Amino acid sequence: MNGRRVGNRLTYLTLTAVAFFFTIPLYYSIVVASRDNASLASVPPPLFPGGNFFENVSRVFDTVPFGLAMLNSVFVAGLISISVMFFSTLAGFAFAKLPFRGRNILLLMTVGTMMVPTLAGIIPLYILMVKLEWVGSLYAVIVPALVNAFGVFFMTQYLSRALPTELLEAGRVDGCTTWGLVWHVVFPAARPAAAVLGMLTFMTAWNDYLWPLMVLTPENPTVQVALSTLAAGYVNDYVMGLAGTALGTLPLVIVFAFLGKHIIGGIMQGAVKG
Amino acid sequence: MATRAPERAAPPRRPGGKRRLNARHWRHAVDVKASPYAYVAPFFLLFCAFGLFPIGYTLWVSLHEWTLLKDEHTFVGLENFRVLLTDSYFWNATYNTLSIGVLSMVPQLLLALWLAHLLNRPLRAQNFFRITLLLPNVTSVVAVVVIFSQIFGRDFGLINWVITSFGFEGVAWRDGTLSSHLAISTMIMWRWTGYNALILLAAMQAVPRELYEAATIDGASSSTQLRKITVPMIRPTIAFVVITSTIGSMQIFAEPLLFGAYTLTGGQDRQYQTLSLFFYENYMRLDFGFSSAISWMIFIFILIIAGINFLLTNRMKGSVR
Repeated sequence: MNGRRVGNRLTYLTLTAVAFFFTIPLYYSIVVASRDNASLASVPPPLFPGGNFFENVSRVFDTVPFGLAMLNSVFVAGLISISVMFFSTLAGFAFAKLPFRGRNILLLMTVGTMMVPTLAGIIPLYILMVKLEWVGSLYAVIVPALVNAFGVFFMTQYLSRALPTELLEAGRVDGCTTWGLVWHVVFPAARPAAAVLGMLTFMTAWNDYLWPLMVLTPENPTVQVALSTLAAGYVNDYVMGLAGTALGTLPLVIVFAFLGKHIIGGIMQGAVKG
Repeated sequence: MATRAPERAAPPRRPGGKRRLNARHWRHAVDVKASPYAYVAPFFLLFCAFGLFPIGYTLWVSLHEWTLLKDEHTFVGLENFRVLLTDSYFWNATYNTLSIGVLSMVPQLLLALWLAHLLNRPLRAQNFFRITLLLPNVTSVVAVVVIFSQIFGRDFGLINWVITSFGFEGVAWRDGTLSSHLAISTMIMWRWTGYNALILLAAMQAVPRELYEAATIDGASSSTQLRKITVPMIRPTIAFVVITSTIGSMQIFAEPLLFGAYTLTGGQDRQYQTLSLFFYENYMRLDFGFSSAISWMIFIFILIIAGINFLLTNRMKGSVR
């Protein structure tokens, strides 16, 4: 019994050490973001936050259109999340509970597309955006992302488990059309998983980088594009770069700290099936 | 998924209202037959327009001399691929991608496995540990690179400060091949280890408890249990994690781009230019034919690696049984 106790203490010690290493870069970024460039050169380097944060932040706003970038990112990620939740629930319901010809092959195709790298089609996608005259506009980042294979698969998995077939049958007997079933039975049942999917999608859309970098301009950027402009143009201005980073990251980290339990539950649920 | 709703409820037939019933019956039949297609249609339409079509079209573009500056695109056959396969920059980028991939994936998976093993027991503050594990993954790639570029800085970086305070000489992380690969791998590991640990943990929790209880009675240590019970039982999930990490590592882009302060070559001697960055360099030259050829090569590499992975896991399964 004693040996087991020691083992446990070691477990806590290890996990705490890991947690330390996983959070220290975030902490240190705040330290740097709240200092000035001169103090970074001191030995030992600053280990605690200073008082320069707001001054650095205001320099970020002077250098890149950061307010616009935040608005754009909230708009893009929000719209994509809502759309992904809606269309994935619909398709997931069809795959999980409705009989139709070609269902299995279509579901297999959906899963298969999850393996295809983004890079494989990105040039024609860009040419397409040029033709549509969407380069530089938010359409280019929103429209291709409105629904994705992962969301469809995720909702299919969830609804095939969590949506009782008897409930659908009862709805049919009461004279519900299929759309009526979607509205009165499927959407309420899908809500917990759809919420998780929405949060995951929001995170992914918020953090997306390569594609927005290709189709957006520095004048009308998302947060990530604006941050990379900062990082690119002001190489030695660490405090400003990290102040921008903190600003672009903190909202998400705070939301995650509160809702993390549910997001993690969603990721782990999806994983067992995968 | 095994149980299904009945195709349709048999409508009661009355001789009097036959016409009205027929119309209703017909409407119902259309509803039941067409609705599923209507519900999956948005995904497939979008996928065809912005997924499938571009992938096929990439191949078409790669067979042309194609720039955005000219409207005419000359068909050149496999010329782009021939040039690519003899381009030493391409092989350099391939080497860098594989090197960074191995350096980040192997320790990452071992660490993730071990962390999941530690978390797979009744613990206090279970949620706290899980949330801190996923925190790096919430941080965007751009943010991660900006943060770590400071930490790996030559003059005022945190790591060099630790190294020099032990009396060693600071490392110019960006300048060397191995050192820059190590720095980039660290960023990738930091962002993904916790995520993979959680996925492995999910699989571990589905392993029957009795197996561990029996092993404990037989006196097997915790690490023996990890090797002899856990790993064989969660092999499909391990394969899944390996394949997704491989696909991810073939597309490493933001790390080398921003670590080099936005230089497209990935260091002065291209010492950390990855395939994706090599692609982006040629894309920025508007050489779309050539960069399409690069993206197809990346796709082929992924298929090859996924295939090898698949064969290996299958063989392992065979040898254990």
